[in-house]
Amino acid sequence: MEAYLSLFVRSIFIDNIALAFFLGMCTFLAISKKIGAAFGLGIAVVVVQVITVPVNNLLYNFVLADGALAWAGLPDVDLSFLGLITYIGVIAALVQILEMILDKYFPALYNALGVFLPLITVNCAILGGSLLMVQRDYDFGESVVFGAGSGVGWALAITALAGIREKMKYSDVPEGLRGLGITFITVGLMSLGFMSFGGIDL
Amino acid sequence: MKVKELLFAPVFSNNPIALQILGICSALAVTSKLSVTLVMCIALTSVTAFSNLFVSLVRNHAPGNIRIIVQMTIIASLVIVVDEVLKAYAYEISKQLSVFVGLIITNCIVMGRAEAFAMKNPPLASFFDGVGNGLGYSAILIALAVIRELFGSGSLLGHQILPLATEGGWYTPNGLLLMPPSAFFLIGLFIWGIRVWKKDQIEAPDYKMAPNTKPQAQEV
Repeated sequence: MEAYLSLFVRSIFIDNIALAFFLGMCTFLAISKKIGAAFGLGIAVVVVQVITVPVNNLLYNFVLADGALAWAGLPDVDLSFLGLITYIGVIAALVQILEMILDKYFPALYNALGVFLPLITVNCAILGGSLLMVQRDYDFGESVVFGAGSGVGWALAITALAGIREKMKYSDVPEGLRGLGITFITVGLMSLGFMSFGGIDL
Repeated sequence: MKVKELLFAPVFSNNPIALQILGICSALAVTSKLSVTLVMCIALTSVTAFSNLFVSLVRNHAPGNIRIIVQMTIIASLVIVVDEVLKAYAYEISKQLSVFVGLIITNCIVMGRAEAFAMKNPPLASFFDGVGNGLGYSAILIALAVIRELFGSGSLLGHQILPLATEGGWYTPNGLLLMPPSAFFLIGLFIWGIRVWKKDQIEAPDYKMAPNTKPQAQEV
């Protein structure tokens, strides 16, 4: 239990996927102008991340890994080179299914997330989460916790950035830095702030 | 065909990173060492070029509503090829690139150019557009990597350029440059530099400072 808790806290603060691994940066910068939109996207990422990372974990451990097909009587088969195309397929399919389920049963939530769900397929935070999970050899339990933690960390970072940008639009920024430039500098400062969590030993 | 324009416009005037905000994740993550950056640039340029070529070849045969899946499959297959080649011939570097080779799939430059350019243009032009955007991406990445490696660890491509103070030289390395935040600062400054040079890229302000509204002394 303690190990799970420490992994959760670690993936939110210390190894924040947005600010320490730079994943999902394109959407991170593009959708962070308004707090409402940023929060909606953050929630969508948490939901998708919690589902896709464990599903990809099961797929990797029971189909793709070296010797994983032993249960089917094929102990010498190594399908790990198919990993990338499988994960992206799983993500695209799950996002599509999630969108249909939400549309049918939770129309309010669907309308709130609507635009952001399709965007998530090409959000590298999601694919990156699955790839990091494979690289670090997480088991099923750990992959659930890592999915949740990294999603929450990303949501936290984008909401915080949107809050700063909402205030910043009133300030008089030098011409060339306006918009994208000052956003990068702000994210750099946030990343510096998050690095101070690095000293925490869990 | 205006090959030259296709190749060089994306480098400065329409840079994928500085202006189109595409493909930023890897720009930040792989630039702390020049050798790793070079490999990443070659990998991304070849994937963008060939995905543009193939997407453009099938653009008239793929139905519109499944085009994203078709593009994804083409891109993912190309990335798998690149990944396997790297593992075979540059294993050390592919270890250091870790997940970022795989993430070329979701790199917005590749998807963005396939969707925005290759779907509407003939194969050869699309190929050069891919190469050009790859070059634009590489230009920023290589500049970043040179600054970060030279001043962060005093070396370039692993060769010691600035003798380190710890080894009897005079240069005290700036450790911050090797850490994540410096990449953000440097890209921010690059964008500033490019926009000071190319004024038309400056974004319009959300709010303008109102002119002094106090009633002016009127001449009576």
